[in-house]
Amino acid sequence: MNNVTVYCEFEEGKIADVSFELLSKGRNLANQLNCKLEALLFGNNLDGLEKEIAPYGVDILFKAEDERLSPYTTLPHTSLMVKLFKEQKPQIVLMGATTIGRDLGPRVSSALGSGLTADCTELEIGDHEDKKEKKIYKNLLYQIRPAFGGNIIATIINPDCRPQMATVREGVMRKVISDPKHTCEVIHLDVKNYFNKTDFAIKIIERHIEKSKINIKNSSIIVAGGFGVGSRENFGLLHRLASLLGGEVGATRAAVDAGFVEHERQVGQTGVTVRPKVYIACGISGQIQHLAGMQESSIIISINNDVNAPINKIANYVIQGKVENVIPKMIRYFKENSK
Amino acid sequence: MDAFKIIVLAKQVPDTRNVGKDAMKADGTVNRAVLPAIFNPEDLHALEVALRIKDLFKDSTITLLTMGPVRAVEILREGFYRGADDGILLTDRAFAGSDTLATSYALSCAIREIRDFDIIICGRQAIDGDTAQVGPQVAEKLGIPQITYCEEIVSLNKKQVTVKRRLEQGVEIVACNLPVLITVNNSAAPCRPRNAKRLMKYKHATTMSKQQETGGDYLASSSSHTHLNIKEWGISNIKCDTAQLGLAGSPTKVKKVDNIVFQSKDSKRIEDLDEDIGILMKELIDSHIIG
Ligand SMILES: Cc1cc2nc3c(=O)[nH]c(=O)nc-3n(C[C@H](O)[C@H](O)[C@H](O)COP(=O)(O)OP(=O)(O)OC[C@H]3O[C@@H](n4cnc5c(N)ncnc54)[C@H](O)[C@@H]3O)c2cc1C
Ligand SMILES: Cc1cc2nc3c(=O)[nH]c(=O)nc-3n(C[C@H](O)[C@H](O)[C@H](O)COP(=O)(O)OP(=O)(O)OC[C@H]3O[C@@H](n4cnc5c(N)ncnc54)[C@H](O)[C@@H]3O)c2cc1C
Repeated sequence: MNNVTVYCEFEEGKIADVSFELLSKGRNLANQLNCKLEALLFGNNLDGLEKEIAPYGVDILFKAEDERLSPYTTLPHTSLMVKLFKEQKPQIVLMGATTIGRDLGPRVSSALGSGLTADCTELEIGDHEDKKEKKIYKNLLYQIRPAFGGNIIATIINPDCRPQMATVREGVMRKVISDPKHTCEVIHLDVKNYFNKTDFAIKIIERHIEKSKINIKNSSIIVAGGFGVGSRENFGLLHRLASLLGGEVGATRAAVDAGFVEHERQVGQTGVTVRPKVYIACGISGQIQHLAGMQESSIIISINNDVNAPINKIANYVIQGKVENVIPKMIRYFKENSK
Repeated sequence: MDAFKIIVLAKQVPDTRNVGKDAMKADGTVNRAVLPAIFNPEDLHALEVALRIKDLFKDSTITLLTMGPVRAVEILREGFYRGADDGILLTDRAFAGSDTLATSYALSCAIREIRDFDIIICGRQAIDGDTAQVGPQVAEKLGIPQITYCEEIVSLNKKQVTVKRRLEQGVEIVACNLPVLITVNNSAAPCRPRNAKRLMKYKHATTMSKQQETGGDYLASSSSHTHLNIKEWGISNIKCDTAQLGLAGSPTKVKKVDNIVFQSKDSKRIEDLDEDIGILMKELIDSHIIG
């Protein structure tokens, strides 16, 4: 009752990293609220997985095992969660903002009539005063999230409805083992009490790994490389930084012509025009044909060993140095400073 | 030949993706009021999915449903230009301040009023609220299954639809009996352009309240031009529990909004030193520009 609950994603025989990150955050919230941390694990062949989950400070693990729970489909997972929450009445529920969490979370929140906040970047406990109703709410979950394409940050609360549900993207929270020797109570759910007859409406016919088409236009963060990046291998650094920041890799024509990167990534007069929130230009001189495709970006960061490179004139930040030295530092300090 | 009744959910949104320097206020924050109002990008992909069904099954009908202010009629018109058959604007003061639950409740009540449908198609996510919650919540409220992240409809008959889903690391092909709600990704085919003949035909289409606002259009007043009247529904046109609508019906509340400051006045010079780059990354994270 009134605990913090984390839905653990289990796919391809593995618990998702984001679930461990949320358990770590959940432990922290449960300590502040003086309540227990519960984990949910739904799938097939779950033997022994409590040993992976317990060290994050989990008090109770609810396990549901059935071959129809894996691979994930929406409805049986929804039925389990909805009925379990009606029994257990958690105060906070956390899920990954993944393809699964963003499919399951809203369905569950609708069935329970409780609010859900998407893609939180911070979660804190705090009080709230409703001035109109003259009412003070103690220990609410502040769900802090970007919206409007990342142009604003909103703090969302659910004063009256429980559970307070939130999704968080992978990599936003830090994974912290609280006690490697910790063990947890395991409760096995009898799935037949939870499923509805209509829960198996979706049939999975096929699943396979397939790369998606490159489309840098919709990305709000672009890490772009020019001829100064020097090689295809060095572009790997740009890909690492981009994926860490949740962005895409762009390029100049010179970099494309040199074979460092695919043509679909070319920005400029004869490539795509982009207006991202952040454009990190690495080893790019800033010729007019390139600027035509990116000069409307909100924030431009230039990394160049030549202080006089034309791109620096339109950049908000100019880092003077070599791409191959600067990017590893950016990666390191991003990891150190992110929550 | 089979025919399908399709409802497409579409939202009018400020164009938050292309915030150029012209939309910046002097303090470096975005002036949301000047962003152009557009058809939510993924909803155009959703419309295309519907149009492709109609290409194959000619007698199918596409009804566009949008909830928003009176001005949102613009996107219904846009839908007509590209091939939608019918449009409904759901607008009422009572809907103001809705979170995703109250939004999906209102939309589901309007869909119940339309009654007859085989497939509901919506975008995965709107670019302003950015939650991707409305689709699954509408499906739950109607008690029908959902297929999220659709890239393409692989096959369709009167009983069953087969969909290719785009997931984080790959694709999944799933089948489901109708009726079903499908949410469409931006990796799906882009929407076809406006059709010139339809543009001429629907140019003046609008809702009654818009007509009254502008003093009415001569053609629209003629009963032989019924296609120029776009349906406008308020709470009196749908069966609903008003306690579940608008701000009062929304469990989530916005406590606080911080604008992100994008522009620093002059460009900052940073040396390639651990300390300087550490400070820069921290500054970018703390001001929510990255992270
Ligand atoms: C008709 C036409 C259309 C064009 N269309 C496009 C287009 O769509 N897009 C486009 O990008 N270009 C286009 N171009 C080409 C454009 O004119 C430039 O040639 C191109 O943009 C230059 O790319 P660059 O900045 O990567 O290379 P360069 O101009 O060679 O600049 C390399 C930069 O890297 C820096 N550098 C070198 N080594 C390092 C290091 N180790 N670390 C950090 N910095 C380093 C250098 O100081 C330099 O500033 C077009 C040209 C024409 C004529
Ligand atoms: C800063 C901010 C933060 C917010 N955070 C949250 C939050 O965390 N949780 C929450 O519950 N609400 C939140 N809201 C409220 C939410 O944005 C609105 O309820 C909005 O009407 C629907 O959500 P969305 O824009 O995220 O749409 P999404 O759920 O992303 O939309 C998905 C699809 O549903 C369809 N759709 C959505 N809205 C409509 C409509 N009005 N008419 C027709 N079709 C539609 C479209 O096909 C669309 O592509 C927030 C609002 C703001 C301004």
